[in-house]
Amino acid sequence: MKQRVVQLEVLRYNPDTDSEASFQRYEVVCQDEWVVLDALNKVKESIDPTLNYRWSCHMAVCGSCGMMINGEPKLACHAFLRDYEGVIRIEPLAHFPIERDLVTAPDDFMEKLKRVKPYLIPKEKKSLSDGEHRQTPAQLMKFRQYSMCINCMLCYAACPEYGLDPEFVGPAALTLAHRYNQDSRDGGRLARQEVVATHEGVWTCTFVGACSEVCPAHVDPASALQQMKITSSIDWIVEHLIPGGKA
Amino acid sequence: MSRRPLVRVCPPTTWYFRQPRYLRYMSREITSIFVGAYCVLLVVALQRLAAGQAAWEGFLLALQSPLSIVFHLLALVAAVYHAATWFNATQKAMPVQIGEDFLPGNVISGAHYVAWVVLSCVVLFLAGVF
Repeated sequence: MKQRVVQLEVLRYNPDTDSEASFQRYEVVCQDEWVVLDALNKVKESIDPTLNYRWSCHMAVCGSCGMMINGEPKLACHAFLRDYEGVIRIEPLAHFPIERDLVTAPDDFMEKLKRVKPYLIPKEKKSLSDGEHRQTPAQLMKFRQYSMCINCMLCYAACPEYGLDPEFVGPAALTLAHRYNQDSRDGGRLARQEVVATHEGVWTCTFVGACSEVCPAHVDPASALQQMKITSSIDWIVEHLIPGGKA
Repeated sequence: MSRRPLVRVCPPTTWYFRQPRYLRYMSREITSIFVGAYCVLLVVALQRLAAGQAAWEGFLLALQSPLSIVFHLLALVAAVYHAATWFNATQKAMPVQIGEDFLPGNVISGAHYVAWVVLSCVVLFLAGVF
């Protein structure tokens, strides 16, 4: 198997001793088909056991190993070493506080996720004896891509608006709101609008589009947010310009 | 022991140099300055027209100055770029679902380009170009 020496430049931060983060260089022998996560594992196993980072599934499903690789938000398990030349610079996800080394604090994202009520709010109450809530394939396709989010937070690291204004609810949480709004079984759109149709909601988005470009699950948050801007605008017009209109 | 998470600040005036896609975004946004400036020019034109024939002819003469021609060329390039970026974005904002499938994005954007050409021809026709 082909091997190659890879140079990694990893941002390190120890909250107990450091006031600033600084880069540390590692030289590690890697197999050609490895991903960046494999290289980090090799560093931890054989060079520096104090290096901290999150990972779990190693197959782009769990969304734990998000980090900045050469300035681009990526899953470390999805970034092949063969695609990089020279020194590979690895930093924690941008826009999130660093807990330690490559580990960031996701608390802000988790709190925002909760705020958008990311669950089915049934349109009508049905008893068990009434049977299941049925859905046609076409109704499923309306929201399916938006349900593929793995909560990896790469879109938050890519979004400059979130970096500049941390109050922004952000791409993944708002996309999940859209996913439930689009669900034929759901009746919770107006309740979610209290978060969605606000300045911190969709109106902070200026359609940079970076969220969709970096998403490893091929979700398109930029499209979800623009669609919600349109529905929110229609709500506003109906409420303010049409006599007796109610959103 | 402090155990403070390290908060990094996003540089408010230089963040768009971090990635080429941010620069592309800023270039799209900056074109709106030219679009806005051209709107102001149209308002000035109306004001000159209302002020009488001499004022209007003076305005037309000013439009022929080299500075004005350079501005118009820049504004044209900016407006075309601005329009193209937004037409390309329509496929995200207005997906069209037919049964289980979605219309390909380039059909939606393409329809906007076609509408643009048709409307431009109508405007040119009304202006007596052909």
